[in-house]
Amino acid sequence: MRLSRKVSVVVLTMFMLSILVGCGGNAEKDPGQEGSKTDGTIKIGINSELSGNVASYGTNARDGAMLAIETINASGGVLGQQLEAVVRDCKSLPDEAMSVSASLIDEGIVAQIGPLTSGNVAGSTPVMMESQVPLIAPAATADPITFDEKTNKVRDYIFRVCYSDSYQGTIMAAFATDNLEVKNVVIFKDASSDYGKGLADYFKEAFIEKGGKIIAEEGFVKGDRDFRATLTKIRGMNPDFIYVPGYYEEVAPLIKQARELGINVPIGGPDGWDSPDLVGVVGADNLNKTYFTNHYSVQDESPKVVEFVEAYKAKYNKDPDAFAALAYDSVYLLAQAITDAGEADPQKITEALAVVTDFEGVTGTMRIDDKHNPVKGVVILEHIDGKQVMNTRIQP
Amino acid sequence: MLELTQQLINGLSLGAIYALIALGYTMVYGIIKLINFAHGEIMMVGAYVGFFSISILGTHIIVAMLFAMIACAIFGVIIEKIAYRPLRSATRIAALITAIGVSLLLQYTTIFFLTPQQRIFPATAFVTQDYVVWGLSISNKDIFIFISAIILMIILQYIIRRTKTGKAMRAVSLDRDAAVLMGISVDRTISITFAIGSALAAAAGVMVGIYYNTINPLMGIIPGLKAFVAAVLGGIGIVPGAMVGGFLMGILETLVSGYGNSLYRDAVAFGVLILILIIKPTGLFGKNTGEKV
Repeated sequence: MRLSRKVSVVVLTMFMLSILVGCGGNAEKDPGQEGSKTDGTIKIGINSELSGNVASYGTNARDGAMLAIETINASGGVLGQQLEAVVRDCKSLPDEAMSVSASLIDEGIVAQIGPLTSGNVAGSTPVMMESQVPLIAPAATADPITFDEKTNKVRDYIFRVCYSDSYQGTIMAAFATDNLEVKNVVIFKDASSDYGKGLADYFKEAFIEKGGKIIAEEGFVKGDRDFRATLTKIRGMNPDFIYVPGYYEEVAPLIKQARELGINVPIGGPDGWDSPDLVGVVGADNLNKTYFTNHYSVQDESPKVVEFVEAYKAKYNKDPDAFAALAYDSVYLLAQAITDAGEADPQKITEALAVVTDFEGVTGTMRIDDKHNPVKGVVILEHIDGKQVMNTRIQP
Repeated sequence: MLELTQQLINGLSLGAIYALIALGYTMVYGIIKLINFAHGEIMMVGAYVGFFSISILGTHIIVAMLFAMIACAIFGVIIEKIAYRPLRSATRIAALITAIGVSLLLQYTTIFFLTPQQRIFPATAFVTQDYVVWGLSISNKDIFIFISAIILMIILQYIIRRTKTGKAMRAVSLDRDAAVLMGISVDRTISITFAIGSALAAAAGVMVGIYYNTINPLMGIIPGLKAFVAAVLGGIGIVPGAMVGGFLMGILETLVSGYGNSLYRDAVAFGVLILILIIKPTGLFGKNTGEKV
């Protein structure tokens, strides 16, 4: 009686242990090996916003990624194997991004490209971390995406090819002091998003460090359309430059109203300005003397960019935007990491991604730093008569 | 001083828009004691009608505004017939919840058919001209909005005070049962009230389109709420109160952003609502009438 009870306890414990081990093992090992070895292709998950409120970002990114995959496959693939894209829509929702990631991992992907926005990447992150499959974010600029500020630890499986907000804010501060030679600045930020608040802080810090002065910091919230009162106040302060970290929906009427009130000083902003709606709302004349940091310029004449722009135009019959370019680079970065790793195994790819140096992409030559951020140049675009013109490229 | 005058100008054009929307709230409330929360969405529909009239038919801005007003007048009457009339003898809370339902229905139907993307009012529809007078920037947009709002308010006052329909409206508002006994068609009067209120909201919608250049399916929410506060501020159910309340709201908001912190603007607006409800629940123009038992 006694003996049989002991035995049953041991058996039960072993049984439970085996379940635990079995689960862990499955999640870690199976995807990569099944995906890459059984059918001779390397599966890459593309988790992108193909519908919902940022569908325009997501569709362009998918197009950019697909172009990269086709080009790589046409020239023989990676390690002699063809790449296979598994495309899924996360509907611009963080929780949907999470379940899409889970189903992609079940299908045996070796890495995931996307989603685009920081919020959706954050949704997908826990699944990727738990399954130990790398995620390359093409356009998520929020600092905590790759680096957990609470625990002070890098998120091991999360990488990005775009610069982070702190970097972008710092570069704009450098451009304002060195190129525009301005001293007295007003910040008018989107105070309802982490994006706007973060950028304002990074800009402020860097600008003060360079000897500039922030006269005032004002805010607006998402959905605001009337900025006249605050702009009238700003006009009275006589700044040389206004920094407006926010998205184009609010920034467009803001710039228009500033110009109507006779504020003719240069206005600068971040990559959230990148939209054809900006010139549509503001008007070509009023948009002169506005500058924003962006990831790349269609007009860049380096052979890499020209080749990409031509291939993209030939395939989709439109100009590639920054999202398409970043997604294109994400795929090539992944391909290089797979080559460096020597086999398509998620763990080895992750290790290879962390030590990439001298990766030549459309959005610049970059290396990955110890916080999984790329170190690369930033393009400053200027609006001249309604066209985005590359003003300068600032190297780190 | 210069800056203050500029701020007052900013406040007046914003206030004109609020006042036009507030009029619709207050008229409907005056007659059937219903807070029509779908009113902001009627403004949105008006803005879209104006937009399509300009961008597809290529009409002049005044014509577009008339189109929007006519379309929304009909639309307002239909909403009243379908959604509110069956509930006229129901509790007020039931009608209020229906109004919120209609508001959401309009927002998301528009998103479904016209996408949530913002649309840009064609720049050619209204060529802006900026004037600088004694250091003050005034654009012809401000003048256009202010003057058309005043004209519409004068027409409204004329209808209410001088016409038979207006008399019927005032009678129904005062005592519905007595009005029926005097041979006034209550249904018809309520329909007309909805038509006029919706037409004013449509005009405000087109003005918002001109003023801010962009329209989107959710554009009615915040202006709708602010206009509601304006109507309560002036005394809900009282037409001149809505006009004054609208202008006061516009100026108050401008001054808060201009001399305080722009982020407190909405908090102040809704703080005013709470204060009024505590101190003078009938609003600035409201009379304190005792309930007869």
